[in-house]
Amino acid sequence: MGIIKAKNLLFEYIRRDEEGNVESINRAIDDVNIDVKKGDFVAVLGHNGSGKSTLAKHINALLVPTEGTLWFKDMNTTEEANLWLIRQSAGMVFQNPDNQIVASVVEEDVAFGPENLGVPTKDIWTRVEDSLNAVGMMEYRGHSPNKLSGGQKQRVAIAGIMAMKPECIVLDEPTAMLDPNGRKEVIRTVKELNEKEKVTVILITHYMEEVIFADKVYVMDEGKVVMEGTPRDIFSKVAELKSYRLDVPQVTELAYELKNSGLAIPDGILTTDEFVDAICKLRQ
Amino acid sequence: MSIIVDKLNYIYSPGTAYQKHALKDINLEILDGEFIGLIGHTGSGKSTFIQHLNGLIKATSGGIYYNGENIYDAGFNMKSLRSKVGLVFQYPEHQLFETTVFKDVCFGPRNQGLDELQVELRAYEALKMVGIDNDLLDASPFELSGGQKRRVAIAGVLAMKPEVLILDEPTAGLDPKGRDEILEQIAKLHTESKLTIILVSHSMEDVAKYVDRLIVMNRGEIAFNDTPREVFGHYKELERIGLAAPQVTYVMNELRKRGIPVSIKATTVEEAKQEILRVMKQ
Repeated sequence: MGIIKAKNLLFEYIRRDEEGNVESINRAIDDVNIDVKKGDFVAVLGHNGSGKSTLAKHINALLVPTEGTLWFKDMNTTEEANLWLIRQSAGMVFQNPDNQIVASVVEEDVAFGPENLGVPTKDIWTRVEDSLNAVGMMEYRGHSPNKLSGGQKQRVAIAGIMAMKPECIVLDEPTAMLDPNGRKEVIRTVKELNEKEKVTVILITHYMEEVIFADKVYVMDEGKVVMEGTPRDIFSKVAELKSYRLDVPQVTELAYELKNSGLAIPDGILTTDEFVDAICKLRQ
Repeated sequence: MSIIVDKLNYIYSPGTAYQKHALKDINLEILDGEFIGLIGHTGSGKSTFIQHLNGLIKATSGGIYYNGENIYDAGFNMKSLRSKVGLVFQYPEHQLFETTVFKDVCFGPRNQGLDELQVELRAYEALKMVGIDNDLLDASPFELSGGQKRRVAIAGVLAMKPEVLILDEPTAGLDPKGRDEILEQIAKLHTESKLTIILVSHSMEDVAKYVDRLIVMNRGEIAFNDTPREVFGHYKELERIGLAAPQVTYVMNELRKRGIPVSIKATTVEEAKQEILRVMKQ
């Protein structure tokens, strides 16, 4: 069994009027089964309102299932005794960098997590330095977070999670508010943490080009997992993805269009290099 | 009719330790009916600049001429400028506040002092322009999806009948389909309602697809001002200032390097497709 496992997971947002009578029920997650292997880089795609963020919040027990079960490291998230342990080893990073920074100096912000865990002071400093180095923000340790760019702030937020030494990081659209450079910085950082520190990564995003190197991709629609596979499997199905209001990277779309126009290009091209190789082969 | 920006300078907190020269000698002409893209990394001055265009920020020096009149002249009617130059901020749905969609859109024109019939007509028309169905008019704005909320917020600005519409990252946080829908609506406002559009964006793919002219800002200055095709030809310089070109630009350059005689001018998937097909058929 993997680090995260969901079985028949179901979650309903229930709205009540002033007397507490049920006004409406919105089923945000509908019978989801997933199994994430430790150390994997997993991406979750889906349009706005498809249930991605609701699913993410189940991983560290910010939400608990209406029906079904989610286990994080074999711990059932509905059991209150597990909450602390789960939240210590499953960290979350959200969309807006300005909402997740609490201190007025970068290193103090990163120290906030381990301090709350009761880590001894001298270990906190080692952890802060290690995490800032891991995200490439060491030179800003004494700076005020206010003066950083969006990408830098997100990296500080990630360092804050890393300092808690989690086994898994869940990132909910961490690049949605960033410019192209900021986006690249954050994705490079996350990828490195996954490769070097062996942290399990769950990345939720609307940017298709950010998921091409994931080990596995889940596509959600109306609370259900509707596609699952490697990025190549998923991006081979251009028409199906579009039916879920999603898209493919530009180079994948170009290859798909050319194939439909009669060129013998393989399905599921993911990178510029693959595309150029395919075209060069055709010319020979 | 046009907007002329003449040697515009803006300095934040002058004379303090936080002094920052945010806009440096900006010269620009925006013609009636243009569709302009404005790009630049975070902190390059884009947002500061667009807030000058409807008088929310007053320049430290220099002038802005709206249809020939200097907006900084003593008798200039700032209030009418703000109706004519509509500004849609980032995440505009955070500014929705009324109990129904329709009432929310009525807020702007009512503040312009129009009579109630006019107000409602305009709100109705604006919601139609952004593709919000009639059965949503009485819904609470907070019950809508992210993309719908954003379109209602844009309708709130359109109801004031602006001549120029400035949108600051209107697609941030939307899913790909939602992104396309908003951009298609904006393109329609440009072609059908003849609005002048200034689109601030972080998506090179989007600006390549829609705009006629692209303005690139870097450190408070204009680095490029040309068609997307010409600007993206300088992709190496764009990378140095924290930007990039659309993925197809890289594809075409790479093909060319590998000896395939494609033109490197393509900036959209459709253009790249046609160009590759042309070369492959030879």
